[in-house]
Amino acid sequence: MDYSLKVMDHFSNPRNMGTIENSDGVGEVGNAKCGDIMKIYLKVEDDRIADVKFQTFGCGAAIASSSMATELIKGKTLREAWGLSNKAVAEALDGLPPIKMHCSMLAEEAIHEAINDYLRKKGLEPWTE
Amino acid sequence: MINRRNGCGTIVTDIHDCEGVRVTIRNQIIYMDNSATTPVRKEVVEEMIPYMTENFGNPSSIYEIGKISKHAVDRAREKVAYALGAEENEIFFTSGGTESDNCAIKGIAFANQNKGKHIITSSIEHHAVLHTCAWLEGQGFEVTYLPVDKYGTVSLEELKNAVRDDTILISIMLANNEIGTIQPVEEIGKIAKENRIYFHTDAVQAIGHVPIDVKKMNIDLLSLSGHKFEGPKGCGAFYIRKGTKIEPLLHGGAQERKRRAGTENTPAIVGLGKAIELATAEIEESNKTLLKLRERLIKGLLKIPKTHLNGHPTQRLANNVNVTFEYIEGESLLLLLNAKEIFASTGSACNSSSLEPSHVLMACGVPHEIIHGSLRLSLGRMNSEKDVDRVLEAVPEIVQKLRNMSPLTPKEYRML
Repeated sequence: MDYSLKVMDHFSNPRNMGTIENSDGVGEVGNAKCGDIMKIYLKVEDDRIADVKFQTFGCGAAIASSSMATELIKGKTLREAWGLSNKAVAEALDGLPPIKMHCSMLAEEAIHEAINDYLRKKGLEPWTE
Repeated sequence: MINRRNGCGTIVTDIHDCEGVRVTIRNQIIYMDNSATTPVRKEVVEEMIPYMTENFGNPSSIYEIGKISKHAVDRAREKVAYALGAEENEIFFTSGGTESDNCAIKGIAFANQNKGKHIITSSIEHHAVLHTCAWLEGQGFEVTYLPVDKYGTVSLEELKNAVRDDTILISIMLANNEIGTIQPVEEIGKIAKENRIYFHTDAVQAIGHVPIDVKKMNIDLLSLSGHKFEGPKGCGAFYIRKGTKIEPLLHGGAQERKRRAGTENTPAIVGLGKAIELATAEIEESNKTLLKLRERLIKGLLKIPKTHLNGHPTQRLANNVNVTFEYIEGESLLLLLNAKEIFASTGSACNSSSLEPSHVLMACGVPHEIIHGSLRLSLGRMNSEKDVDRVLEAVPEIVQKLRNMSPLTPKEYRML
């Protein structure tokens, strides 16, 4: 698999890897059968993502996408984080092989799940778009 | 920084030190993917070279340099025949394992369809066999795919039960490329003979590891490929027992006694001949060395918690190690091994262009979700005990790193 240097960097030295105790929102997508699971933990303060961590079971592209996506949303407002597209994650990684684009999709979906988990816990309506 | 390869096994890296002076560092690479392909042996290369330069004649030409080529092809044929316990006129050269498998299965199917249209194979064959059989299903043939047990062994009882009056071919591999399991080929040959059914075996992984005698084993057709035993790529051979009714796959010139048209790849054929001669002569000695390395590797890897051996514990190729590590995915594992200059392979879907996990591990009943964490290490002549030690040092560390990242890992297997 030909990965960009950025992908290899984020895969070998993932940023924000781990969990957050007493997190405000958690999102998990994918399944073990398909070979990738991504789990995102959020700490939210004043409508902003104060901290974010991830755990990923998957290939190099899945781990790099998780790492990059968490970097891109850290410190952003929930709305800004919601707006992060899988394309933006892939572009920030200097591209992903076409067959691996679904890994960046997982990152986008995991963030959406985590934000909606936070909203639900707050008694708010989850977002759809 | 410039990487270049210096012969077999060493990566030479040119870097500039702090004074700007160019210095060279050497790192030993560890190649443990010999079931994928092997380096061509020096002795083999030396035999091949003259057939690319001065002895370039077409073996079909009658002048001197043509005759030299023809004799070289015939000598290679003798060597392949000797390695298999076959006659020279039963050996045909092809472009490799895939062509040999296609020739055998389609050739028998089309030549014998008036007798019947049923073929028996196993569910863990190489895709060159499985996809050929699937294509024949579209042409009106019926195929039975025999299941295997958890070790990847075909049951002789199930084979007997699958035999029908219209069965024309049994195609079962000698040894599996992923898990190394060796099939009871002699017994399968006996069942085929008793029922007057042609028996083809894909022996691509077995050459140089399992002694073969096509007569004793009742094999009617056998496929092999040069680059799996330190011969060149793009060249294989095909054994067809005398008297077998078979159609050729390629039509054209009268080469290979009209069984395989096309100008012979003389240099590669010469190389294949030399390689099979060396591999067969050294089989016992090489297996002794490989077996020691294999057992040391398996023992060491199984010390990692939640690790399972795939394939048969004893009826397996001396060079094959295949294990699964729970909670992690194989492509990440390979990338981190690659960073340490250890080259291996996996059955994970994420590492294949089809995104399908290994059909072999699935057939062995390995749960779908842990197939992704499989690692195959296939040993070769260049591997040493030192290599095994380096792998046993690197793998546990990498597995732990990935387990720490994985949401599937239970607390007790996590070390942050």
